[in-house]
Amino acid sequence: MTSPTAADLSAPVIEIDHVVKRFGEFVAVDDVDFSIGQGEFFSMLGPSGCGKTTTLRMIAGFEQPTSGAVRLDGVDVSKVPPNKRDVNTVFQQYALFPHMNVFDNVAFGPQSKNVDKATIKKRVTEMLEVVRLTDFASRRPAQLSGGQQQRVALARALVNLPKALLLDEPLGALDLKLRHAMQFELKRIQREVGITFVYVTHDQEEALTMSDRIAVMSDGRVEQIGTPAEIYDNPASEFVAGFIGQANLWPATVTEHTTGTTRVTALGGACLGGSCGDSTLAVGSMATLMVRPERISISLTQPTSETGVDQSVNATVSDLAFQGPIVRLALEAADGSPIIANVDPDADLPLLRPGDSVWASWTQSAACVLPSAPNQQPQLLED
Amino acid sequence: MNPPNWLRAIGRVSLWVWAVFGLLFLFTPILVTVIYSFNEPTGKYNYVWNKFSLSGWTDPFKYPELTDALIFSLKIAVVVTVIATVLGTLMGLAMVKYKFRAKGTIGAILILPLTMPEIVLGFSLLTLFVSINWSRGFLTIVIAQVMFSVSYVATTVRARIRGFDWRLEEASLDLGASALRTFYKVTLPLIAPGVVAAAMLTFALSLDDFIITYLNSGLDNTFPIQIWNMKRSKIPVQINVFSTALLIISIVLAALLVIFNNRRAQKLAGLSDS
Repeated sequence: MTSPTAADLSAPVIEIDHVVKRFGEFVAVDDVDFSIGQGEFFSMLGPSGCGKTTTLRMIAGFEQPTSGAVRLDGVDVSKVPPNKRDVNTVFQQYALFPHMNVFDNVAFGPQSKNVDKATIKKRVTEMLEVVRLTDFASRRPAQLSGGQQQRVALARALVNLPKALLLDEPLGALDLKLRHAMQFELKRIQREVGITFVYVTHDQEEALTMSDRIAVMSDGRVEQIGTPAEIYDNPASEFVAGFIGQANLWPATVTEHTTGTTRVTALGGACLGGSCGDSTLAVGSMATLMVRPERISISLTQPTSETGVDQSVNATVSDLAFQGPIVRLALEAADGSPIIANVDPDADLPLLRPGDSVWASWTQSAACVLPSAPNQQPQLLED
Repeated sequence: MNPPNWLRAIGRVSLWVWAVFGLLFLFTPILVTVIYSFNEPTGKYNYVWNKFSLSGWTDPFKYPELTDALIFSLKIAVVVTVIATVLGTLMGLAMVKYKFRAKGTIGAILILPLTMPEIVLGFSLLTLFVSINWSRGFLTIVIAQVMFSVSYVATTVRARIRGFDWRLEEASLDLGASALRTFYKVTLPLIAPGVVAAAMLTFALSLDDFIITYLNSGLDNTFPIQIWNMKRSKIPVQINVFSTALLIISIVLAALLVIFNNRRAQKLAGLSDS
């Protein structure tokens, strides 16, 4: 298995080369361009209508790109029909053949490729073992639970040993508990078979849990590609920051660039800095300052440099909510901007009440200065 | 306000009377045909009940012209059923699956043969065949019957496959099956009940059709035409025997189809072990 940070892209399995897909006037996929390495667990993440499923369908062969190319193992397959492509799909509602039992469903692919009977029997039996459905071989899909149907769909695709497995929101139809169990199951199966997985989802938690790399998509474009940690800690845009996890997003004005730091004024004139984000923003231009709620600590007095934090603002408590592992504090800065802080309930804090004056602080390395999203009021975005 | 009890009682009774009357109205002619197949008519016409006899059933092929006409009708029915089912099924599939120009117009044209008077259809076809100088017979009968049967098949199939999950076809293609294999292994097995129902309907319509067939049959006689021709000289009991036999066969086939479909539906729904 490839390590999460070093996907081997010297010989990518899938190349999406400046692909555009139009349906009439509507641009579903707008100049998407990335490569997926051998054995990678790659996710396309975004809200519905962001173009992730259309991109997946172009890899599968159900849609042809309007321009650009899709390459498998270096070969342009843009015009190759789906039955001639060496990739297989796990469909959203599984699309199992209702008139065939589990064995015949799984055997359908090899049978279509005229594999001899003995080999088919061997491979199907092995694959049913991998997905732990050996005892269900003679059942019909309708006699299986959602999770079992899901695993039949996986086995039916993987038995063909494709170059890549394409998964279109495969866990969407399952309830929450089963979804968590299946996330681990999917990772286990992927490790076992060592095949590249291309995973489409709108669930950021799912993508963060399973992926080696994630492409965050919005309005047909790729906003950012990176490992889960990169995307979470160093989002490239306001959209990414807001879509993955929770984020405080404050309007800011760029004042100065120093080595590794962009200085801004935000939250009612406070001079603050960000270590990550876009360092090319022009001085004087509008930007967005982002800090994750769990990176903010709360104190009653202004923290000194000895405490290790170097950014602080005065704020008023407006609300607080106990949420089990964390206490969620809603604060209001001097200029009225909302600040959300997630604090440890065991933290050494006096009993806070709405209206109390506190200091919210964080380290500069936790703050990012991002370009402002056009036509959008900066605000607190939540998952 | 609720109606008084005596009025409800009258309502219940009259509902039963109506139901029985309605069923009698529908089934008496069929019942008469069956009963009269056991008659021993006094003259050449099997119109008046004389006495019970099995003579018709023990000697069904007494009139070769009647037997020949039945065989001819069955031959036509088989050919028409095959052609019309294939064409009609493909039409029905296309109407549900694809969006194309003139789809609405084609849909309207498909309904036309079901609503147009048979005499108009039959006569216009006859005009066509005469004008291009085709002699009437087996071929023209098949063409005429296929023409209206296709509409029945397409309409039936179309209604039955409305809820078909087209992603199953995508799944099949994705797994490496060709378009043809996808059709035979996935689409056809799943739409089979609708196709079989349409085929049975076509077979019955073909055997039964008189007006259009009569106008385009030339010197060849189908079973209904033969009965029509014979009726001037005789109505033998064998007509009732054949009709009763056809009736029994179609009841058995229909019953088998219902049983088969129920079992299949249970299997697909996971209610019984396969």
